[in-house]
Amino acid sequence: MPTVLFTSALQRFLPVPSAQVAGATIGEALTAVFASEPRLRGYVLDDRGTLRRHVAIYVNGRPVGDRVRLTDPVAADDEIYVFQALSGG
Amino acid sequence: MTERLHIGTHKGLFELARHNGVWDIVDVQFLGDPVSAVLPDTDGIVYAALDLGHFGAKLWRRDPTGNWRELPVPAFPPKPEDAGDDPHPWSLGKIWALEPGGVPGRVWAGTMPGGLFRTDDGGESWSLNEALWHMPERRQWFGVAGGEQPGINSVLIDPRNPSDIRVGVSCAGLWASTDAGASWQIINHGMYNEYMPPERREDPIVQDIHLLSHCAARPEIVWCQHHNGVFRSENAGADWYELTAIRPSKFGFAVAAHPRDPDTAWFVPAIKDERRVPVDGKVVVSRTRDGGRSFEVLRKGLPQRHAYDLVWRHALAVDETGELLAFGSTSGGLWISENGGDSWTMPEARLPPIAAVRFAPAEH
Repeated sequence: MPTVLFTSALQRFLPVPSAQVAGATIGEALTAVFASEPRLRGYVLDDRGTLRRHVAIYVNGRPVGDRVRLTDPVAADDEIYVFQALSGG
Repeated sequence: MTERLHIGTHKGLFELARHNGVWDIVDVQFLGDPVSAVLPDTDGIVYAALDLGHFGAKLWRRDPTGNWRELPVPAFPPKPEDAGDDPHPWSLGKIWALEPGGVPGRVWAGTMPGGLFRTDDGGESWSLNEALWHMPERRQWFGVAGGEQPGINSVLIDPRNPSDIRVGVSCAGLWASTDAGASWQIINHGMYNEYMPPERREDPIVQDIHLLSHCAARPEIVWCQHHNGVFRSENAGADWYELTAIRPSKFGFAVAAHPRDPDTAWFVPAIKDERRVPVDGKVVVSRTRDGGRSFEVLRKGLPQRHAYDLVWRHALAVDETGELLAFGSTSGGLWISENGGDSWTMPEARLPPIAAVRFAPAEH
C-alpha cells in the first residue's frame, strides 16, 4: 500500500500521522486518509475537491500532474508527500 | 460586568478585559494565524474565521465552556456546466463578515467571492443564500483592493425584524431583503463612484461600499464609509446623501454608528486613495453628533507625529452604551475610549496588524 506523509506545518492545526493506505490513485489514497481524519480534507483540498492552490503533492519526489481530479496512479511502494511553500512575514 | 474586547489580527486572536480600569490581554488564540473576522456572541460564545492562505479559510467557535472547536466552513455548490461565463469562482475565498442573525443559533457570513451564508445551528452547518448568488446582476460585481474577488463586507439585520436584511458589497452597492433572504433588490441611490467612467458613476451597482453601520435603536439610519466619501441614509439604505463636512478627509474604511443616538457616528479618515495613511501623520477619529452636518476631530491620546496607521473596515467598534469605543490599525496600534471618543488610551501591547475589533455583548 502507498504511504502518505504530511508536512509538519499541518501539525499545528490537526494530527496528521503518516499512513499506509489502500488506493490506486492520489485521490483514492487521500480519501482513505480523510476517512480517519475528516477535518484534514478541507486543509488539503478546496470546496471543489481540487488541490488547494498553495498545496503541493509529490510522489517519490516528483510533482503530481493532475491537481484537479487527482487521477495520477500510485503503486504499492510509492511515497506520497503532501506539503506547502511557506512564505511571507 | 466585565467588558470584553476581541481583536482579530494577522497573527492571532487577542481577548482583552478591563480590570480596575485597566485594559489588558487575557487570552491569545490562533497565534501566528491570520484572523479575517471575529464575532463575540452571547453566553461567551466567540466565532473566529481564519484565512490560512495555504490551507484555506477556517472557522472556529468558543463554546460557553471556554473550549474552542473547529466548525465546518461555508461551502459553495459545484459550478454548473452552463455557468462558464460566471467571472467568479464557486469556491470559498475567505470569510469577511460575521453577524448575529437576531435568532438564537443564527449567524450570517459574508464572504469572498461574494456568497452570503447562513447557519441556524450555531455554525454546525451552513447554507449558501442561493437567491442572492443566482441574481444575474451578481456577475457584475467586481473585486477591489480587499481582494481580486468581490466581497460582502457588511450584513445589517434589523433588530426589530430578523427577516429585514441589508448587505454591503465591495464592489456592488447595497442589497436588501425583507423576506429573510428569499429575494433581493439593489436599493442604493444617491452615491457616486469617482473612479468609474462618467456614465457609470451614479450606477447603484458600481458603488464601492467600504462599510455600512446602522443605529440599533433606529435601524433606518444607516451610515456608509464609501471609497470616495461618507454618506447617510434615513430610509434604511435606499436614498443617500453625502456628508461633505467630514474632516480631515473623506476617505477611510471604518464607520461605527451610535447604538442609540441616530445623529452620532464615528469614522477614521485617511488620505485617499493610493497612499492610505493618516492625514499629516496624525491618527484621528472624526465624530458627528448632529447627523453629519458637522464633525469633531478627536485626537486626545492618539499619536500625532509620524503615525502611519491605517484602520481597516472592521477594526472600529462601539459597545452597546455608545460610550466605549476601540479601534486597531495596520501597524498594530490599538486604542480604547471610555468617553465616546473624547480621549483614548493604548493598552500595553504591540499587536500584529489588526483586521477586526469587536466588543462582546453585555450579558443581561
